Amino acid sequence: MKTAESVVRAEGVHKSYGHVEVLKGIDLTVAPGEVMCLVGPSGSGKSTFLRCINHLETINAGRLYVGDQLIGYAERGGRIHEMRDKEIARQRRGIGMVFQRFNLFPHMTALQNVMEAPVQVKKRPKGEVREQARQLLDRVGLADKADSYPSQLSGGQQQRVAIARALAMQPELMLFDEPTSALDPELVGEVLDVMRGLAEAGMTMIVVTHEMGFAREVGDSFVFMDGGVVVESGDPRAVLAAPRHERTQAFLSKVL
Amino acid sequence: MTGESSLATRGPGVHKPGRTGPAPEQIQAVPLRRPGRWCASAVLVFLLVFLIQGWAANPRMQWETVGEYLFAPAVLEGLRTTLLLTALAMSVGIVGGIVLAIMRMSPNPLLSRLGALYIWVFRGTPLLVQLLFWYFLSAVIPTIGLGIPWGPTFVEFETNALITQLTAAVLGLGLHEAAYMAEIVRAGITSVDEGQPEAAQALGMTRRQTLRRIVLPQALRMIIPPTGNQVISMLKTTSLVFAIAVPELLTSIQGIYSRNFQQVPLLTVACVWYLVATSVLNVGQYYLERRFERGTSRNLPPTMLQRLRKAIPAKAEKAVEQERPS
Repeated sequence: MKTAESVVRAEGVHKSYGHVEVLKGIDLTVAPGEVMCLVGPSGSGKSTFLRCINHLETINAGRLYVGDQLIGYAERGGRIHEMRDKEIARQRRGIGMVFQRFNLFPHMTALQNVMEAPVQVKKRPKGEVREQARQLLDRVGLADKADSYPSQLSGGQQQRVAIARALAMQPELMLFDEPTSALDPELVGEVLDVMRGLAEAGMTMIVVTHEMGFAREVGDSFVFMDGGVVVESGDPRAVLAAPRHERTQAFLSKVL
Repeated sequence: MTGESSLATRGPGVHKPGRTGPAPEQIQAVPLRRPGRWCASAVLVFLLVFLIQGWAANPRMQWETVGEYLFAPAVLEGLRTTLLLTALAMSVGIVGGIVLAIMRMSPNPLLSRLGALYIWVFRGTPLLVQLLFWYFLSAVIPTIGLGIPWGPTFVEFETNALITQLTAAVLGLGLHEAAYMAEIVRAGITSVDEGQPEAAQALGMTRRQTLRRIVLPQALRMIIPPTGNQVISMLKTTSLVFAIAVPELLTSIQGIYSRNFQQVPLLTVACVWYLVATSVLNVGQYYLERRFERGTSRNLPPTMLQRLRKAIPAKAEKAVEQERPS
């Protein structure tokens, strides 16, 4: 077993739904503190790959490690074993995820949303968690919305609560699945600001996004995916300024 | 998505800087005349008065007999049994329904097929037949014992002692209800957005925690209104158990009129009590739904008392307005 010099390591990751192959061998590594921006046309497999990292999707071939742990399977005596629900849940604790559609729990207030996992999963005392949750809401600029229900918040506010909810589990890695795609244009900035703050604080992040400005300013690496493979990767400023592959060129010419 | 409240405050706020003169004149439109509505209302009111007057004044209705038996001990005892039967049968039905729904949604193919088979049988045969079946169970299985199958039996009961009329009624009503409740629960669970369990699992919650903390509370919102209907329907369906002579409301009433032949007044007594009970259940359902609407609508609907209070001054104001000379 290798030591964790990488937070995420994918080796030949394949994923198919029936006969449709969505991921055709993804190899990449994410270093601690790295912000990786995953970009590509819809159907390129970028969201699917992100969902494989916390085992919301199972992979069909290859290996996917977070830290030094194989995700979703246990390797014993040269064989791969399926994992119990509880063990998978334990692996997910260290991986935060933010969804395109926010997916806040509608029957709980913002504060309760943030408190839910530390109390239920980590069994930490409520008083202590409440204190931490208030600080997190303050960090995303929503200290005054603690007692609002998600339906009373704007999309941007909901997404910021969702980020605070993921951070409450003190993850080592944050996955963002098109976090601003469901937002009105004027609300995108407030969410990107929170993400920029996280990156500056040294969080390891994988961000599936169409925000090229964010990728250029905040990203440490840029990965362009198409048709289930990584087409091109490198420094975001270099790739965005001078894409080498023609598919990257074609895609970027449409979105930039 | 902006809250209604913030929209409401923003509206006038935006216009404030520009507003210098007096408030704009409110439109005072002359109301449209609606002769069709007046005619229809008049006809309906006439028919209603005619019917009620005829019914109330009919000496054969024997209203004094209705009054006499409304609080008769046998009737109240029957009502008590009806309510008890409703509560027990619904409890069996709800618990059974949740178990069956989880069975049907289980990844285990045997469990899900068994669940489907149960629903097929219990929803596909008449309730009355099922009631009679439980009642006559002793004819097929005279004794029920506890022991090792094909081995020794430790305890044995007479089926007739174990399955009394009441247990037969609760079993019959409850097991039949479970088949319907299973579909209601399943519909509720599948109505919860897929992103919800995903978000819960991404936070490290197990399947069980996800079901208990995230999916079921949201599913309940969908489950409660049809369950309320089922309770009200069950309250009236309990009258079917007269077929196996359980002394509930209708059976007691029948017992009385088979002696004094006052069928219609006594059936009126039964109707009054069924209506009272369903009305109470309606109010309960309203408050239960209101409680589970938290978080889904921005403003909770008013309680019944709040609505009543609101309605009274509104009418009074209207009356004052109409009195004002135009």
